[in-house]
Amino acid sequence: MLFLIMTALLILPVLIILATLIYKGGPAISWEFLFDDPREGMTAGGIFPALVGTIWLVAVALLVSVPLGVAAALYLSEFAPDNWFTRFINLCIINLAGVPSIVHALFGVGAFVLFFGFGTSILAASLTLAIMTLPIVIVATRESLQAVPLAFREACWNMGATRWQTIHRVVLPNAVSGILTGVILEVSRTTGETAPIMFTGAAFFLPFLPTSVFDQTMAMSLHLFVISTQVPGVPDHLPYGVALVLIAMVLTMNAASIGLRMYLRGKKKW
Amino acid sequence: MHEPIMNETRAANGGNGHDAIFTRDLNLWYGDFQALFDVNLAIKDGMITSLIGPSGCGKTTFLRSINRINERLGYVRTEGSILVFDTDIYGGEVELAQVRKQIGMVFQRPNPLPISISDNVLFGFQLHGEGRTRMHKSEKEEIVEAALKQVLLWDTVKDRLDSKATELSLEEQQKLCIARLLPVKPTILLMDEPCSALDPKGTEAVEELIWELRGDYTIVIVTHNMAQARRASEECIFMLMGKVVEHTATEDMFVTPAKKETADYIEGRYG
Ligand SMILES: Nc1ncnc2c1ncn2[C@@H]1O[C@H](COP(=O)(O)OP(=O)(O)OP(=O)(O)O)[C@@H](O)[C@H]1O
Ligand SMILES: [Mg+2]
Repeated sequence: MLFLIMTALLILPVLIILATLIYKGGPAISWEFLFDDPREGMTAGGIFPALVGTIWLVAVALLVSVPLGVAAALYLSEFAPDNWFTRFINLCIINLAGVPSIVHALFGVGAFVLFFGFGTSILAASLTLAIMTLPIVIVATRESLQAVPLAFREACWNMGATRWQTIHRVVLPNAVSGILTGVILEVSRTTGETAPIMFTGAAFFLPFLPTSVFDQTMAMSLHLFVISTQVPGVPDHLPYGVALVLIAMVLTMNAASIGLRMYLRGKKKW
Repeated sequence: MHEPIMNETRAANGGNGHDAIFTRDLNLWYGDFQALFDVNLAIKDGMITSLIGPSGCGKTTFLRSINRINERLGYVRTEGSILVFDTDIYGGEVELAQVRKQIGMVFQRPNPLPISISDNVLFGFQLHGEGRTRMHKSEKEEIVEAALKQVLLWDTVKDRLDSKATELSLEEQQKLCIARLLPVKPTILLMDEPCSALDPKGTEAVEELIWELRGDYTIVIVTHNMAQARRASEECIFMLMGKVVEHTATEDMFVTPAKKETADYIEGRYG
């Protein structure tokens, strides 16, 4: 009974949020809303540039952090000797995960915008997001690599497999669903983050689509922040509409990753 | 059917020319703990040798140093030499993958990979078949059939080669684990208590299989089961506290043990 109540308490807020969003934001959603530029000082029109911008930001961030994170996790769990240096790296990763996103934002400004000279651009913002979510990918990947039973590895080594063959044929196929879980989490977090992109690449209002990673862009999360707090006279349904689309994006991507995960699991026959 | 790898080192290391495994002053430490003391053994080619001794005496450690699996643990230190068909496996020019290919190992708990039965059998073979990009389907089937027949498993699984290996019974899994070693043509099979996870019927079946493989492979089998050692081996090694106490023909060891410790152990006076 207690568990039932606790579960209900967990689910209830989610349901309430979703219901409110759909109730208040639902009427805003239309073809024009999704595929039109914001107009009249962002008090009317659509969200297309922000939608596209968020997709850019997330995609570029993933392109950077997933290969980097998976490679780092592979090294840490399969190759690195167990010494003080490895332990130090692990400590750093844990701490990196705890750094507030506004600090990441300032780091992004210092490192990518200024030092590397990317300016305020998708590249700088995505790199900041990538750094911020790297620990998620590393930790999830490392955990799923370490969950692969030693017996499988030993079976492999015993048949003369090299380290790489073992990783490639046994460890990775077994770990892939766990890795995807990490990526899902990363996507969710990346999509919603506002602070890290605010100073590094996202613009308040920019009714053009980005053409390269060196352009600035609008983004859903920042747009939501702007129209709910910075612009007077925005009709009520607009911010709710934006929030609804943002949540829908995250949920869709999660669903896609889960689908992919199930597909992979089915394919590998175990 | 074995091709000795090289002969030059034989004289230098004192092998007598009939040994599959020859160790000289083998000492092994886990960190500060010494698990093997001056192990000098000559295990004959083509025979079944059983390795007995109380729990913790270093049987597993010895087996695992022969195929160099121990060194995966960073804190293991080995001294002395191990010759496998006269090649020093710790020698600089020796490739680890070659060593492992030549020496197959069977574990206490069957550890089939969670893929299909035929993929399990082909796994090792495909690891080493790098040169060729594609293997003919019929060629694969032949390999699978030959290996499974050799371990007396073919008749029970021939209709479900594509089902998961982990769905087999423990006995069948253990046989499969032996089968998957065979396509890479090992010369030595190391078995660490291969029957201890099995019921009496399974034990009997796997023993029968091991006996069947005698002659084609050099087999070293660790066992806690005296009856099994006696039934299923030609030579027997008794270890105690990391040292080899006695190594003779199995019959002699069980009828007229030379050392008092051996007699005590055989009669069940140790754990
Ligand atoms: N990975 C390890 N790290 C540290 N010590 C170990 C390790 N493996 C084994 N030992 C120690 O080395 C000694 C020999 O162990 P080993 O596993 O070789 O014994 P065994 O004869 O196989 O025993 P059993 O019959 O129980 O399988 C034991 O005292 C054990 O505690
Ligand atoms: Mg053991």
